[in-house]
Amino acid sequence: MSGSEVGLAEVAGALALVAVAIGVSVWERARLEGEIAVAAARAFVQLTAVGFVIELIFESDRLVFVFALIAVMVLVGTLTARHRARGVPGAFWPLLVALSLAGASTLGLVVALGVFEPEARFLVPVGGIVIGNAMTASAVALNRLGDEVAARAREIEATLALGATATEAARTLIRSSLRSGMIPLIDQTKTTGLVAFPGIMVGSLLAGAEPVDAVRLQLVILYALLGAVSLAALTAMALTYRNFFTPAHQLREPPEPQ
Amino acid sequence: MPFELRDVTARRGGRTVLDGLSVRLADGASCVAGPSGSGKSTLLRLLNRLMDPDAGAVLYGGADVRERDVLDLRREVGLVPQLPALREGSVAENVALGPRLAGRPADVPRALRLAGLDESFAERDAGRLSVGEQQRVMLARALALEPRVLLLDEPTSALDVASRDAVEATLLDLRRRLGLSYVLVTHDEGQAQRLADEVFRIEDGRLA
Repeated sequence: MSGSEVGLAEVAGALALVAVAIGVSVWERARLEGEIAVAAARAFVQLTAVGFVIELIFESDRLVFVFALIAVMVLVGTLTARHRARGVPGAFWPLLVALSLAGASTLGLVVALGVFEPEARFLVPVGGIVIGNAMTASAVALNRLGDEVAARAREIEATLALGATATEAARTLIRSSLRSGMIPLIDQTKTTGLVAFPGIMVGSLLAGAEPVDAVRLQLVILYALLGAVSLAALTAMALTYRNFFTPAHQLREPPEPQ
Repeated sequence: MPFELRDVTARRGGRTVLDGLSVRLADGASCVAGPSGSGKSTLLRLLNRLMDPDAGAVLYGGADVRERDVLDLRREVGLVPQLPALREGSVAENVALGPRLAGRPADVPRALRLAGLDESFAERDAGRLSVGEQQRVMLARALALEPRVLLLDEPTSALDVASRDAVEATLLDLRRRLGLSYVLVTHDEGQAQRLADEVFRIEDGRLA
């Protein structure tokens, strides 16, 4: 068996570790056995389905299907991020634009640099990683923005009362929310390779690539991710923050009188 | 420039806070007194359009406040909120904020003096002041814009008696020296009598 050929028997064998997780839950009475079993089953079904779809797309060798799949990823990522940032009004379109921008800019860059050919087997997995990371960063940034607007409503209103526009009053909040969205990826990039090998490098090595090539490929993706994620988080916030205010520069949810 | 509220209704969180309220607040020192939850703070925030009413009209100088540029209105009708809400940074940065946003030079020492603070406060960290000092910095911040009218929301509710008396003396002094009009909101009936020419009482969103 080569590193990239795994049969159903091997997948079944890995269920032994799922059994360990279930055993730990039973031992500690954490009552997570059901959720662990559901998670393992869902992962099997979802990844198998995605695998079939990707196989069809690879065999068709037509970019229009690749873009369609990436568009589906952007849509699902948008809906997931919006669900996580429920306290933020009007977040759907800003998130859709943010994730589309992140995906397009990263894939465009790696193709333009000649790192990949514009083929399904490169665009689909890299697109998935970018959109997944952009989704998480945007959701974190928007959540933080929503929390900050609520927690600092008195300060925001006091600034508006001095003749500030909504943009001026929200500026420091956007700054701190952007930091929240980006810091996890920055920390992950700083420690990459020290604790765990990142995903693309692992996939490349398993597929038989030379370590040097696997490392360089991973670096290209990591650097592109930093740019894409910051672009996504900032875009999502820039298109959303105004929804917390009326056109007359008033907070839609003013602070309660004391 | 007087304010007038005509049949104003305002709702917050599904609750009617002001209910068909009509009142004229003339130039000078007006006070809106009443118990907690009577709608006093909401009324104040209608006057500089931090909120708009759900029905009725708010007039300033005879014109509907919605017809004026909202930023200009807020610079002319300054609000000192009930609780201090200073930004990170120095006292000087906070006091200069309003003029800086308006693109004007800021006379920080003058604003501090008018608010009863020594000029040396300018370089202090706004996050390390006592509540009384913060309240005065909030006052200085509003005065730095040289407003025509001040709106004061329970200006001494967080202060001890000595600090309260000092702030009241400052407000009376500002009226005398600058001819500044103010609309004061308070639950303290004694304060209303000490500071205001006219006192209006509201209960459950209506004039009592």
